[in-house]
Amino acid sequence: MVLVLFGLLYALPNVFDQDPSLEISGSRRATVGSATEQTVRTALDKANIAIKSTDAGDDKLLVRFNDSESQLRAKEMLETTLGGDYTQALTLSTDVPGWLQSVGALPMYLGLDLRGGIHVLIDVDMDAAVSQAMERYNGDLRTLLRDEKLRYSRVAVRDDAILVSFKEAGLRDQALDVIGNEYRDLQLEALDEGDDFLVQAKMSPSEQRAVKKFALDQNITTLRNRVNALGVSEPVIQQQGERRIVVQLPGAQDPSKLKELLGATATLEYRLEDTEHSVEDALAGRVPPGSRLYQTRDGRPILLKRRVIVTGNQITDASSGFDQRTGSPMVSVSLDSQGARRMRNVTTENVNKPMAVVFIETRKDTRLVNGQPVTRKVQVEEVISVANIIEPFGRRFQTTGLDSPEEAHDLALLLRAGALAAPIDIVEERTIGPSLGQDNIDQGFASVLIGLAVVMIFMAIYYKVFGLVANMALLLNLVFIVAVLSMLQATLTLPGIAGIVLTVGMAVDANVLIFERIREEIRNGSTPQASIFAGYEKALSTIVDANITTLIAAVVLFSFGTGPIKGFAVTLFIGILTSMFTAIVGTRAVVNLIYGGKRVARLSI
Amino acid sequence: MQIFKRTTEIDFMGKRNLAATLSVLLVLISLGSVLVRGLSLGIDFTGGTLVEVGYEQAVELSKVRGVLGEGGFGDAQVQHFGTSRDVLVRLPPQAELASAELSDRAFAALKQAQAGEATLRRVEFVGPQVGDELTEDGGLAMLYALIGILVYVALRFEYRFALGSVIALVHDVVITLGIFSLFQIEFDLTVLAAILAVIGYSLNDTIVVFDRIRENFRKMRKGSAVEIINSSLNQTLSRTLMTSLTTLLVLVALFVFGGEIIHGFAFALIIGVLVGTYSSIYVASTAVLMLGISKADLMPVVKEGAEVDAEP
Repeated sequence: MVLVLFGLLYALPNVFDQDPSLEISGSRRATVGSATEQTVRTALDKANIAIKSTDAGDDKLLVRFNDSESQLRAKEMLETTLGGDYTQALTLSTDVPGWLQSVGALPMYLGLDLRGGIHVLIDVDMDAAVSQAMERYNGDLRTLLRDEKLRYSRVAVRDDAILVSFKEAGLRDQALDVIGNEYRDLQLEALDEGDDFLVQAKMSPSEQRAVKKFALDQNITTLRNRVNALGVSEPVIQQQGERRIVVQLPGAQDPSKLKELLGATATLEYRLEDTEHSVEDALAGRVPPGSRLYQTRDGRPILLKRRVIVTGNQITDASSGFDQRTGSPMVSVSLDSQGARRMRNVTTENVNKPMAVVFIETRKDTRLVNGQPVTRKVQVEEVISVANIIEPFGRRFQTTGLDSPEEAHDLALLLRAGALAAPIDIVEERTIGPSLGQDNIDQGFASVLIGLAVVMIFMAIYYKVFGLVANMALLLNLVFIVAVLSMLQATLTLPGIAGIVLTVGMAVDANVLIFERIREEIRNGSTPQASIFAGYEKALSTIVDANITTLIAAVVLFSFGTGPIKGFAVTLFIGILTSMFTAIVGTRAVVNLIYGGKRVARLSI
Repeated sequence: MQIFKRTTEIDFMGKRNLAATLSVLLVLISLGSVLVRGLSLGIDFTGGTLVEVGYEQAVELSKVRGVLGEGGFGDAQVQHFGTSRDVLVRLPPQAELASAELSDRAFAALKQAQAGEATLRRVEFVGPQVGDELTEDGGLAMLYALIGILVYVALRFEYRFALGSVIALVHDVVITLGIFSLFQIEFDLTVLAAILAVIGYSLNDTIVVFDRIRENFRKMRKGSAVEIINSSLNQTLSRTLMTSLTTLLVLVALFVFGGEIIHGFAFALIIGVLVGTYSSIYVASTAVLMLGISKADLMPVVKEGAEVDAEP
């Protein structure tokens, strides 16, 4: 009985509606208060969009709607009304009263195929992460040897090793010591090749693993930042396997925007302009050694110093806004302490000299070359702004010279989100529109109810009173499945609903086994009471055996399946367990209640 | 109400040769079809892009093909999905474009097909690499499920029973696959899940029969193996049919009301339950018989079974 009440309690939240809602939150410059609530209400009234209710939380405003259509219209509407300082996330919010929520009773967590949303599987290019690390070592070793005044003739990367060549064996041995002391993670080896004395440096397997793990973790962090900036409630960003990342955005509807954001790798570099040399000379091919030729957005050539002052990795925060003096769009940037120190040093020495911002964007480009797809990385480097250093600055500063507020907004977003540690590739995408999600829910529930009704009618006709008892168990079983799913907050998917339907069909199996046994016993001439007893006893081991094998299949499904299949495995698994309980214990209790302790001449079976 | 007023006395095993011939024939046809025609694999396994779009009014497929052709998607497969307002477009994996962008461009083209709003109902993109992995994982999953079951049944019963049940399972899976191949019904991830569920279901049936065979071997003093198996099958017959019937009822409900996406899943299960019911009567028992089960083989098991029976 306690269990039944418990099951009912936790299944209860699912009775309440889930309203399509908008969650409005402010950014740094805008807070959500009662004024916002007023603005939202007036704007929606004017557009004739019905609001069910609004809920002001801390720094958040939840607006509930009657249907998802008004929710979508409202989002479009409010985007223009409220402007870019607010993010609006589509979400489902429940009506469940507070006392239920306080005991942890929540409605089932609906999967993306039911609530609509975007699922993306991302592959992280681990080989690139390792080769990037090799490149870093390449540079570091050069610097180290220069600092130690050990003259090398060449440093090259070959396969998975860095080779440093020396003219003399003595120098090589010295270098071996120096490198060994400085970089303990490198596996060093001395090689002789012709006249050259080489140091071969390889990354140890453990360090390669560490590099890969770092790349994955860093990418997850970066992707999480980028996704958060999109304004979606309850995003899921998880590692899957050794090199994959799953991103799930419930309620999101614009996959192209997401993919753009996920795929882009943009960073900034701040460099000084080289004003001592002429651009014309450089264009003619005489680029001064310490400088490099760039192009500005409008195609003008510009000569910049090679030395980078600060890179995008050192940016801790960035936000867009308008320059108070000129009114043009700008991005205000904050640096970490190391970046701030460098920036201060450089700007102090170079007041009134121009500094340029280089915007570097990497994207993938796949083309057919001789019938084979070849993926290339295309790097676009542009100087987005050149401005005179008016006064020395450090931690916080502004970048102006952007074309539009949108551009400033996007740039701030990319800067804030940080750089990806290794290139990524989207290898799987599943987007379900909200209308299809709702259809799936409706159809899923319809088939559960109809399947249930048909089986119940059938059982009642075939087994009479015992059939009714089995039907009670079946209903209870359904309550338990829903309760367990809600308690675990396991994801309910469309195949999951199919799993419930299947369990409904199979759940009566245990009762059929028992009832057929009872009938058999009666035919063999046993008394009704003895038949009931024998029926339950003899059927038990059969039921357990039969169900355990199905459990094995469910476990295998769960461990191998992805997303939706997992949902099926979960409901199947839970359904088998709860159905064994309700069919054996539940019906026995009721049968005993009806027939127990009295002399019965005939059983209604 | 009862299907059979009393325990039936059908001579199932008498027709075992006929049944075995039928089964072997069906399995051979299925295998042949899978090998020759192959399965019509969905994009889950082949990789590719699928876009489902809902229009406000019914739309003609020729129009949709037209706009897709103009957009550079001449090789797209177009079909109605569920209603005449919904259109499903399948695009083969393409190399020229970063595949993730494909769906965006296709949707942009699809919007042109008809005046009025077109809503994006579903996009599925699976990279070829992921497709290969899913195929491999799917095959492995089936293999592991079979091994797990083999081990459990061997421990709980006897190795001949384990072999018999696995033979029945393979029989069911192969025939279900064969039907999907013969009629070229799309085989996607949900169908794979359904087939694994079929394994669980069919086994459930088989185990119930085996349980009774074991019980009868111990209980019935006289009678040949054939007779004992026959009476076991008859005793469990009404249960076998009942459970299959209720399961089929809900599956038909799922097939009719569950929507297009779940069709393949429900269909695979319906086939699986039908074949599974047949196989638990004929294939599994026949296999056990052919493997030469006898009373003596079950004696060591009696001890284990006795504990269960001894419980009050």
